[in-house]
Amino acid sequence: MEGISRRGLGGLAAALAVPAAARAQTAPSGPPIRIGCSMSLSGGLAGNGRPAAIAHRIWAEEVNARGGLLGRPVEIVVYDDQSTGAQVPGIYTKLIDVDRVDLVVSGYATAIIAPAMPVVMQRNMAFVSLFGTGVNTDFRYDRYFSINCTGSQVKETFARGFFEIAMAMEPRPRSIALVNLDSDFHQRTAESARYLAGQNRLRVVYDRAYPPSTVDFAPIIRAVQAARPDIVFLGSYPPDTAGLLRAASELRVNFGLFGGPMIGPHITAQKLQLGPILNNLVVWDVYAPEPTLQFPGTQALIEKYQPIAARENTDALGHYVPPLAYTQMQVLEQAVRRVGRIDQAAIAADLHAQQFDTVIGPLRFDAMGEWTEERNLYTQYQGVQGNGVDQFRRAGTQVILYPSRYRSGEFRRPYTAGAA
Amino acid sequence: MSEAAIPALPAAAPRRMGHGAFWLASAAVALLLVLALRGFGNEYAYFAATFVLQYVVLATAWNILGGYAGYVNFGAAAFFAAGAYATVAFGKALGLGLLPCIALAAATGGLMGFATGILTLRLRGAYFAIATLCLSVVLQTIVVNWSYVGGSRGAYVIRPREVPWPFDTYGGYLCAVMVVLAVASVAIARTIERSRLGLGLAALRDDEAAAEAAGVPTLRLKLVATTVSGALMATAGAPLPYLNSYVEPNSAFGLAYAVNAIAMPLIGGTSSWAGPVIGAVLLASLQQAATVTISSAANLLIVGAVLVVFVCAAPHGIVGLFRGRR
Amino acid sequence: MDPDLALLLNGVVSGLLLGGLYAAAAAGLSLSFGMLDVVNIAHPAFMALAGILVALLWAATGLDPLILSILLMPAFWALGAALYVAYHRFFERRGDEAIQGLAFFFGVMFIIEVGIVLTVGPEQHFADAAYASTTWRLGEIDLPLRMLVPALVALAAIGGLVLFLRRSFTGRAIAAVAQDREALRLLAIDPVRIKRLAFGISIAFAALAGGALVVVQPVDAASGHVFIGRIFAIVIMGGLSSLGGCVIAALAFGVVENVTATFYGPSWSPAVAFGCLLLMLAVRPQGLFGRVA
Repeated sequence: MEGISRRGLGGLAAALAVPAAARAQTAPSGPPIRIGCSMSLSGGLAGNGRPAAIAHRIWAEEVNARGGLLGRPVEIVVYDDQSTGAQVPGIYTKLIDVDRVDLVVSGYATAIIAPAMPVVMQRNMAFVSLFGTGVNTDFRYDRYFSINCTGSQVKETFARGFFEIAMAMEPRPRSIALVNLDSDFHQRTAESARYLAGQNRLRVVYDRAYPPSTVDFAPIIRAVQAARPDIVFLGSYPPDTAGLLRAASELRVNFGLFGGPMIGPHITAQKLQLGPILNNLVVWDVYAPEPTLQFPGTQALIEKYQPIAARENTDALGHYVPPLAYTQMQVLEQAVRRVGRIDQAAIAADLHAQQFDTVIGPLRFDAMGEWTEERNLYTQYQGVQGNGVDQFRRAGTQVILYPSRYRSGEFRRPYTAGAA
Repeated sequence: MSEAAIPALPAAAPRRMGHGAFWLASAAVALLLVLALRGFGNEYAYFAATFVLQYVVLATAWNILGGYAGYVNFGAAAFFAAGAYATVAFGKALGLGLLPCIALAAATGGLMGFATGILTLRLRGAYFAIATLCLSVVLQTIVVNWSYVGGSRGAYVIRPREVPWPFDTYGGYLCAVMVVLAVASVAIARTIERSRLGLGLAALRDDEAAAEAAGVPTLRLKLVATTVSGALMATAGAPLPYLNSYVEPNSAFGLAYAVNAIAMPLIGGTSSWAGPVIGAVLLASLQQAATVTISSAANLLIVGAVLVVFVCAAPHGIVGLFRGRR
Repeated sequence: MDPDLALLLNGVVSGLLLGGLYAAAAAGLSLSFGMLDVVNIAHPAFMALAGILVALLWAATGLDPLILSILLMPAFWALGAALYVAYHRFFERRGDEAIQGLAFFFGVMFIIEVGIVLTVGPEQHFADAAYASTTWRLGEIDLPLRMLVPALVALAAIGGLVLFLRRSFTGRAIAAVAQDREALRLLAIDPVRIKRLAFGISIAFAALAGGALVVVQPVDAASGHVFIGRIFAIVIMGGLSSLGGCVIAALAFGVVENVTATFYGPSWSPAVAFGCLLLMLAVRPQGLFGRVA
């Protein structure tokens, strides 16, 4: 069992492929290792919190099927934080002081991770977080680890892929419009776009944020068109993404490069609704089912996830949150195995020192717990026809354009929001 | 002397506790609570107690305007968040700790309450409620666009490393602060209730036109009530950044605070200071317990169902149920 | 055409279309809050519920969402009538409608929202109308059918309601019950029955608004939240008990929001819109068309 980390995930994949052999290993015994977390199972973040919870469960089942962690079964203790940060400190206090869990991990999103920090820091526990941006900048906690592909230099690196694609266009763009939702994540990404626009000597002709309560996006798109930018960088969350793209389609936009951290197509329901409007949209993402981005275990995880999601009425494809949520547990598992016991300081030291092989690829953590190497993917939807879901399971519908080592297709232009 | 029997004088009204006595009693209760919780020593107990006490302050504050004066405030979340963001802003600008920030937050809330009072002086009932809702939206928009307090990125407030002397953890300290705030707000509410101000507010609540005709200075009373109510609601929100370490507009202005601020006094009973306390303790404990047991969307369903059942079955709250029995 | 002028005209036109959606949402409330004095804060929750039902029915049958919402109206009318019976029994009869009634509807709102999440999940649901991807153009002005058709249907329905209220006996009884219940009783009309009817109509309009909403954007359990403040503001701005005022206020709201978004950036739209309301309350509290209290 200690071989998992040394042989990498190849061993895990082999074990998954041969369930009979796995069952032949000794069943885990003894007091369970309890891992506690709060997760958004209801409320605004539940659309991503529930897939994360499913991924955690899949991980726990697989570990137990392979003989457990340090020979003991793992058990996940999860409380619903109702997408409310105010519930989180209480939940973690209860988990640690009353339920006496051995390890803790975070829930989904910055607003849920940050309130847990003082509690976790007071107890000196190692803490692996999921999809949090810049949480540790003020706390500077040395046992914090972030599973978030943006890394620690968000301003300098987040939009790099977008601008690389832009500056490779012929003729070179000279002006850019920035549109973003007023949210923590998108404020940071817009800051990155602004910074890199300056670096690349692009004139920012429109730069505005919109509030989450916006219903009609036509004025925004129209104002962008009136400013005549060559390229447009947008950041939005699912409800607004649909609105923005519909408005773009109605206003017959035509831009060389259009897209950015528009979280929306990441959710299967939106892929289906938008259909051909997605064609040639450049979208920031964390995973796409392309042959260049296959790591051991990723496809198996997704295949295990999808039937469960269908039963529980959550995101059908599971390309966005589940791989990272699974990674969150994997790094903890690998560190505990190497250390050989539940020792928060040793686990934290191991997390800082070693490289981890996960379903999202190899990764290392820096001193503040962020990834040493960011892995922001920039993808483009191509050749989407109609509103079926199967095309999104196949490679080639969402090609990866950046980073170049994972590139799987060529950039297409212009973006016309589905117009013929 | 006529043969008619002289009617006996009515039995003397039971002696009510004077103001000073109540404040002393409250101080004693506060001390006992703090010692009891310290004796318990459990961090989770501190958190749960703080959660409940925060709502005691909020519900009591809401009731001063809503229960005593009859003016429903939909925007409790705005005052609550104003207190939280006052702590963030003053803490950042002047480097102040928790206690001075609470005082400043109270001043901010009072000012906001006063301004709301002035603006809505001609309005009654439903109009006032809607105006407070608008206030909530406008304030949230301002905060979201104000990058000094973090805007939509939120603001981080780091707990200080050193815990003040008699307390073992910062959580315990916060809990004790909350106990003091809760007890003080209840004492203030009772002082208002049993004073001439309270009588005037009750007259205002029952029939504003008649009260005006009878010479009650309704405008002045309304202003006092909104100012005090606003100040106390902001006080409830002031420790929030230290509790959660992270404040962001969506959760600070959340619907949950607005609903709870109304639901708790209603369930407990709006006519007395005891009502909000009972309602807050009941509803907040229920919610906290549900979070760590049932733990799903059903939590909110419980709040909604409890609310509906209570207002249907016990329209004057729990206090009303007890009063009715006598 | 001067580009700024084109922007302005488009801002106004799209604001009018958006206002049509707001009018659909506010019309029901104008009836329940404006005329019957029932502070139904759960009205947007009914809208979201209807939107989700329409989306589910559309996924099953493929019928146009607005037609589905019209088919749902009788069911929602019945729901509204039943709810009013409970409200009347527990609150109006006791004279407790002010705060307790409010809390009752808060509770109902929570129950509806959580009920939706527990049954169909927190995901967004959408319904694509056949005309949703078409846009008419009049010179420089864009008229996306996705916004135009719901707005027109809503305005037609509201027009029908106004006619009903003015011309039919029951309609006039509804307007009368808002003015003087006791006088109505003297005319041998049961005010409770009339109010039940009217409240049912208000919820039925919520169903129509839900259908309109789902044509415009994807809907989930919490979609109603952004409308709570807006529809109350619109009803008050228009003047309680005036449907015509409500429509005009809704259109004005939409125009103010969109023109602000076009020229000053969308982040200030909510503040401007609600700021106008606060101003209205300070200057003319009875609204545009209301009578002085």
